[in-house]
Amino acid sequence: MQGMSPIVKNMTRLVAGFIVLFGVYIVLYGHMTPGGGFAGGVILAGGLALVVLAFGEEFARKALTHEAAKTADSIGAMLFLLIALLGYAGGVFFTNLLPVGEVGKLFSAGIIAPCNIAIGIKVGAGLFGVFVALAVFRRAGAGSSTGMIEG
Amino acid sequence: MDQVVPLLVAIPLAGGFLIPVIGRFTKSHRVTAILPIVMACGLLVIAILLLARPGETVVYWVGGWTFPIGISLVADGLSKLVVLIIAVVSLLALLFSLDYMTRYTSPGLYYGLFMLMVAGMVGVVISGDLFNIFVFLEIAGIASYALVAYGTEADELEASFKYLVLSAIASAFILLGIAFVYSVTGHLNLAKIAEVIRMGGGLTTPLYVAAAFFIMGFGLKAAMVPFHAWLPDAHPSAPAPISAMLSGVLIKACGVYVLCRLTFSVLGNHQAFGTILVVLGTLSMVLGALMAIGQGDLKRLLAYSSISQVGYVVLAVGAGLVGLGLAKDSEPLAAAARLAVFGGLFHLVNHAVFKSLLFLCSGSIEYATGSRRLDQLSGLGKRMPVTGWTLRVGALAISGVPPFGGFWSKVIIILALTHMAVLVHWAFYIPVALAVATAVVTLVYYAKVQRSILGGEPSDAAKGAREVPFAMCLASVLLAVLCLASALIVLPSVRARLVDPAVRVLSAGAGSTVEPATASEDSEARTPAAAQVAVKEGMTP
Repeated sequence: MQGMSPIVKNMTRLVAGFIVLFGVYIVLYGHMTPGGGFAGGVILAGGLALVVLAFGEEFARKALTHEAAKTADSIGAMLFLLIALLGYAGGVFFTNLLPVGEVGKLFSAGIIAPCNIAIGIKVGAGLFGVFVALAVFRRAGAGSSTGMIEG
Repeated sequence: MDQVVPLLVAIPLAGGFLIPVIGRFTKSHRVTAILPIVMACGLLVIAILLLARPGETVVYWVGGWTFPIGISLVADGLSKLVVLIIAVVSLLALLFSLDYMTRYTSPGLYYGLFMLMVAGMVGVVISGDLFNIFVFLEIAGIASYALVAYGTEADELEASFKYLVLSAIASAFILLGIAFVYSVTGHLNLAKIAEVIRMGGGLTTPLYVAAAFFIMGFGLKAAMVPFHAWLPDAHPSAPAPISAMLSGVLIKACGVYVLCRLTFSVLGNHQAFGTILVVLGTLSMVLGALMAIGQGDLKRLLAYSSISQVGYVVLAVGAGLVGLGLAKDSEPLAAAARLAVFGGLFHLVNHAVFKSLLFLCSGSIEYATGSRRLDQLSGLGKRMPVTGWTLRVGALAISGVPPFGGFWSKVIIILALTHMAVLVHWAFYIPVALAVATAVVTLVYYAKVQRSILGGEPSDAAKGAREVPFAMCLASVLLAVLCLASALIVLPSVRARLVDPAVRVLSAGAGSTVEPATASEDSEARTPAAAQVAVKEGMTP
């Protein structure tokens, strides 16, 4: 897969940034408007998947690798757990340590916003990783990154 | 002390995500295995700390939010027992993996999925909330699908896919059941559901439907006949330590435990559900054993034998459930029911120990010879003395030969069922007879395993076999010692610490023990006097 026609590539160049930005917006405003970490993460993954579809497999191998997606996925999950453990250090597992703030302001709702960011990273990277795995490891024998018996 | 409960989930969950990242930087299996082993030790320490105060029920509200918003984690006698089993078996399976898994690539992925599976199982066991049980069930399930397919050979992928499809159907039914329960009772918290059901005068039709869904769903997770079709494919296909985890603890934590919890403590109407469990348990026990006889593949034979042994557990627990339902004033019947529940839980502990041991032994044999076909293997007893002896111990323990733990638990189950037959209905003599017959059949096919694998002259496959590396031997030997040590549970002092709190939790009946702390401010929700007495009984050792 060498990517699609120049029309698609150019359109993707124009649009992909906005899609990713919209995903980030949904993640960051998750505690005030409908959406949140999961929905925003899906949009993020959609934007990245569009780039891979338009620019082809080679691009996916170089810039947006499966390994990077896996690492980001783990980091997102660990961030979420870290937020929970910070609460644990402050008294109760998952308790809120940040100021609650004023309803409707961006910096409010305590740990919900950081949790949304962690979930956004996790879901975006996870879904994108699934997409890349399906797109790139499509050919038989390419799936050697999991536990094949050696020798 | 109460503070340690969330760590039971947090530690393995952290492992599940940290280890794959570590795995990116090192190819070494040993280095990757350090963190999971340390974490499993941590789990074991926490489990022992919790057991140090046997009669106490710990309720932990996540985030400090209490009822009705909050999510609770509950560690009562039953949860603590199952957590201990999970911690012990996962520690030894990890120890075994240290050498065994060097033949596979991607250690980071393996150990990460392993810890994720442990996190899911522990989560199921300590969750006090029906929906979170489902969430953790899925975590454990998804990790185990991937682990079954870990070898990525065609048959492993096929087994994993079969397991995935059937297990997903079960999960869908469970979720539907949860939706039914929520729509009727308006709660997801187990204690609250039980309370609403009891206050509302028992089960209504939607709740019966939900109960049917639960029995089907969790019955499939527990691999009870007729929902067993996935297990004989899935368990043998996984790497040996994973087979040990799946057969040793996963089907118990995700299947039997939740079934017990829901039928005993939440739904009430003990007789009906108890009868269903007795029938399903008897079927599993007999058919599992009969299907095991003809197997030529060692791991497949062990998988069928798991179905049979879990049948014993479910049969005993179901009989206890029937007894508790009928024993309104009859103290002898209540005692017989408690004995049945004790026998079931005792056998659950035993089965976790000896089935893990047998699967690890099958892994050692496959590691040394490259084969697990009974007709290709013989004369290994001399070539691999440690594996040979541990396999013998495991086979004798599961066949119910004294003095191993398996003998005592089977005797107690049969005794309790005989009591039930005398006190309740003669029909209980049928499972008694079948349990005895199944014990004999079990002895027969394990004798066949021992004779064909260990005895005789070395076959072609066994000629080059040498004893497996130290860590694998150590894990097997420790489990063999536990097979013998688990017989100590019959001693009153050990029993009072380990299993009796769990029996008390179950025999206290619906709505009284899951979560005493939920008795909230409003007077309506307060538990009635009788249940409070039961709670107090459950809390004093």
